[in-house]
Amino acid sequence: MNNFSYTQAGSAKAATGLLKDKPQAAYIAGGTTLLDLMKANLEEHPQLVDINTLPFKGIEQTKDGLRIGAMERMSDVGENKLVLEQFPAISESLLLAASPQLRNMASIGGNILQRTRCGYFRDAAFPCNKRVPGSGCPALTGDNHNLAVLGTSESCIATAYPGDLSVALAAFDAVLTLENQKGKQRQVLVKDFYLLPGKTPQKETVLEPGELIVAVTIPMTAQARRSTYLKVRERSSYAYALASAAVGLDVQGGTIRAARVALGGVGTKPWRSPEAEKALVGQPATEATFRAAAAAAMRGAQPRKENAFKVELAQNTLVQALMKVAG
Amino acid sequence: MDTAEPTFFDTNPKAGVVGQPLNRVDGRDKVTGKAKYSAEFNQLPGLVHAVLKTSDVAKGRITGFDTSAAMKQPGVLAILTHQNLPKLAKTPNDAEGKKAIGAPMGFLPLTTDQIHYAGQPVAIVVADTLERAQYAAALLKVQVAAEKPIASYEDPQAKLFDPTKVQDGKAPAHVVRGNAQAAFAAAPVQLTHTYTHAINHHNPMEPGATTAHWEAPDRLTIYDATQGVTRTQKAVSTMLGLSAEQVRVVTKYLGGGFGCKGSSWPHTILTVQAAKAVGRPVKLSLTRPQMFTGMGHREDQTQTLKMGATRDGKLTALIHEKTSTTSPWDNYAESNSKIINMLYACENFEASYQLARANVMTSTFTRAPGEAPGSFALESSLDDLAYQLGIDPLEIRLRNYAEKDPGTGQAWSSKSLKECYARGAELFGWSKRNPKAGATRDGRLLVGWGMATASYPVHNSQGTARARLYADGHAVVQAGATDLGTGTYTVMTQVAADALFLPVDKVRFELGDTKLPTAPNSGGSVAAGTVSSSVYMAAQDVWQKLIKVAVLDKKSPLYRAKAADVEVKQGRLQLKNNPQKGEDFAAIMKRAEMADIEGNGQGRYGSGYEDAQAAANADPAKKDQAADHSMHSFGAHFCEVKVDPDLGTVRVTRWVSVHGAGRILNAKTARSQIIGGSIFGIGAALMEGTVRDQNYSRYTNASLADYHIPVNADIPEMTVEFIDEKDPHINAMGVKGIGEISMVGVSAAVANAVFHATGKRVRSLPITPDKVLATKPVQA
Repeated sequence: MNNFSYTQAGSAKAATGLLKDKPQAAYIAGGTTLLDLMKANLEEHPQLVDINTLPFKGIEQTKDGLRIGAMERMSDVGENKLVLEQFPAISESLLLAASPQLRNMASIGGNILQRTRCGYFRDAAFPCNKRVPGSGCPALTGDNHNLAVLGTSESCIATAYPGDLSVALAAFDAVLTLENQKGKQRQVLVKDFYLLPGKTPQKETVLEPGELIVAVTIPMTAQARRSTYLKVRERSSYAYALASAAVGLDVQGGTIRAARVALGGVGTKPWRSPEAEKALVGQPATEATFRAAAAAAMRGAQPRKENAFKVELAQNTLVQALMKVAG
Repeated sequence: MDTAEPTFFDTNPKAGVVGQPLNRVDGRDKVTGKAKYSAEFNQLPGLVHAVLKTSDVAKGRITGFDTSAAMKQPGVLAILTHQNLPKLAKTPNDAEGKKAIGAPMGFLPLTTDQIHYAGQPVAIVVADTLERAQYAAALLKVQVAAEKPIASYEDPQAKLFDPTKVQDGKAPAHVVRGNAQAAFAAAPVQLTHTYTHAINHHNPMEPGATTAHWEAPDRLTIYDATQGVTRTQKAVSTMLGLSAEQVRVVTKYLGGGFGCKGSSWPHTILTVQAAKAVGRPVKLSLTRPQMFTGMGHREDQTQTLKMGATRDGKLTALIHEKTSTTSPWDNYAESNSKIINMLYACENFEASYQLARANVMTSTFTRAPGEAPGSFALESSLDDLAYQLGIDPLEIRLRNYAEKDPGTGQAWSSKSLKECYARGAELFGWSKRNPKAGATRDGRLLVGWGMATASYPVHNSQGTARARLYADGHAVVQAGATDLGTGTYTVMTQVAADALFLPVDKVRFELGDTKLPTAPNSGGSVAAGTVSSSVYMAAQDVWQKLIKVAVLDKKSPLYRAKAADVEVKQGRLQLKNNPQKGEDFAAIMKRAEMADIEGNGQGRYGSGYEDAQAAANADPAKKDQAADHSMHSFGAHFCEVKVDPDLGTVRVTRWVSVHGAGRILNAKTARSQIIGGSIFGIGAALMEGTVRDQNYSRYTNASLADYHIPVNADIPEMTVEFIDEKDPHINAMGVKGIGEISMVGVSAAVANAVFHATGKRVRSLPITPDKVLATKPVQA
């Protein structure tokens, strides 16, 4: 870990101002991701700006949906009554993640920006195109058993976002409010916030330097109310997903009127699947429909030696999640 | 000729506190932070901190260092590399040195420019604070000419060879009994299956840690996280060219070991050398990633087991072949075949080993080394045989029950395996088992039941202890043993209390210091049996000395009695044939103006004990008791799993373990130890595995986030019982160890339950969802 200076920012303006023209500086909220990365010498930041006191708080109903401040903690949001009632999948995605200690510390904004668990990224002794552009990707022919099969490139097959929350956010059309150094706000759908690796896996999101995540807003819909998040992992708790599915259905008279599907653990970003949704809408809520949707979701998957199982696993995960919400 | 030693069976026919579920005597100190672990001696004058800089690459040559930026940092005191490490009198780099040191690895980093494995220490950086040392280590640049490494026996570049010995020279690499090849060829039923086992790391909660303090140029004290202070003392003093007496090693508390702290690894001597170089006490803790390349591991391995049997399920041949990865210097492989040779009656047996050298550090004993992976192969194949022949898995084990040790032909010193099977089956409800695989459901989940046998040998061992009894009714008892966290402090307090007839709160047991009487390494499950016997014998010595005082004391009712006619009952010295004649020990000591009296005892465990007793035993009527025995603990595990057939996830939902392991010293700590070992085994069965990249020969999941060990949610309520077992042959206490048997057979019990649930036989550990999904059911 390198030496760094530490400053508390009292306002968003002060925070973004402190980062002005300092591409190496970083914001710190809960610190559960950032400190790990710094301790392992994977990221070096000469300056940390503490944003914990910024007023990005609150979980409240607005005309656009449920608005969650970026500085809220995972545990508070996961256990919030409105979230539990209106967005079961989001609550589950939060409470199935990490450990209670981490959930008590980690902020919503920080969760959205967590970085990959790819073993080659996490160990500076290995080459990694994401960490050192152009250095190569040992995962292509190495230990890729928990890496992506969708959205991959020859540069990178990491599940760049390894977590759970953004999978559920992507499914339910959540919108991020971002604020830049000029105090200007803009809105980006979570599903568009993350970038495919392509030839530039080091660029993971559309966030501009110094830009802050202020809040996330999720529209309230019937399909969000009837939703679930299913997570498959190698142990019962405190493990990243091998595959996960955030799904929501609006079923009327046995027919699916609206569907939301996103997959985790299998894509290089939280993987919203319009293909699966298309295969569901207008169809009867039956296992056969769900199987067809799952097949559509994984069409075009590019499995490798160790992660080929994910193609089947992700489909089964998705089917099981859909069966659950279909009741 | 000596007389036979007294035994606890004779002097304490009714045990007092021994066996009781006494709470840990060190529990309060541990939870309040008063207990000091080896990296917590922070009050040493001028203590400074060291960190290791390790190699990124797995093979190559160091061509230089750029220390300029690192040395400029404030607080940096020294950077030691192979270029300036103070010279050692001996290193393990040659066979003679390795043996003299007792080193686990025939290579000491920082003695050459060669890099042989990723994670190999290449420098040790010392600074006044930990943070400054870490930062300087990050700034230190190592120039390396890298070469392509060999990653494992599976590497196309690897060359397989036949060693003559394995387990670091301790076990033969080729064992033949009967004619296994012919018997297999002639067997009506033949099974040939191959099993693989992932690399496992011990991952104790407390990492490797050493604090080295040169109190004088020729006097060193080391606080070391070790399973044996004497072993560290021998290793360090030999390397330094000092006498053992000049090196004191202290380990008051240990946060788990599981074998990785059973030897002295490079970081200990490197810390000692760093302390010498800077002239101040130096502390070093391995980081969690460094724990994956600092203290050994269970090696990656493939086993092929050929099993020949009759149509009624009786074994006629077992042929076992193991192939595994070892380091560039040592022939280390866990001896898997030992348990396959002895667990079931089978007249023909053959075992062989193949090794390949790769750019890895030397692997080492990991809880139940050999027995754990060996039993996975044997117990899985036996399960196959049972299904193939339509015999209940428990019944097939009874049909092959070994009434004597098939490997040696010896009678068992004690064996309660049939009782373990019966009790375990009863507790589990085994008789209600559906014989068909893949036929039981709980909703959408498949339910399976599996079982397996456990066994672990009694390794020959000995040690000493000292007991000091005070006239005011207190006692201090000491042995240089280690408490791995499993309860040695507690159980030895219980033994001492009973042997000295004192309440436990009047007894203090001290351990973990080379200044105390020598005890064996706490490894191979020998500590409980050896140290308890040493403590017991030390107490007997106290009584014998006190009897001598009494019979020479004119004022004693025992004056001029023959010592042999005096017995001790509840602290009262009295005549055997006239118990009214006698007095309390305190009265004798007070009259003699003795504040205290000290006794020393030597405890033996295993065949050495039996040999000594036999030699001393003149009574021809007891001759058959003195015949030599094969000594093992035995047990049985019963397991229920629920498997999601679509997701491949396996959860253990019920667990029963029943063991026959001699006298149980503390019902609570013993139960906890069996639970812990079973969980260790469930981890190996379902999730533990270190992945070595086959191009770089470097681990890709060296963290506790990515190397999965079980969490609470993975473990159901566990039922553990012990069979009441009296074994007079193994030691004065009748105690067998339970540290390792607890995980033997666990992975097979889980795999057998997975088979029963799904009809899928997964022969590769860990049984992760990808493997469950990829495996095709073998039964219609």
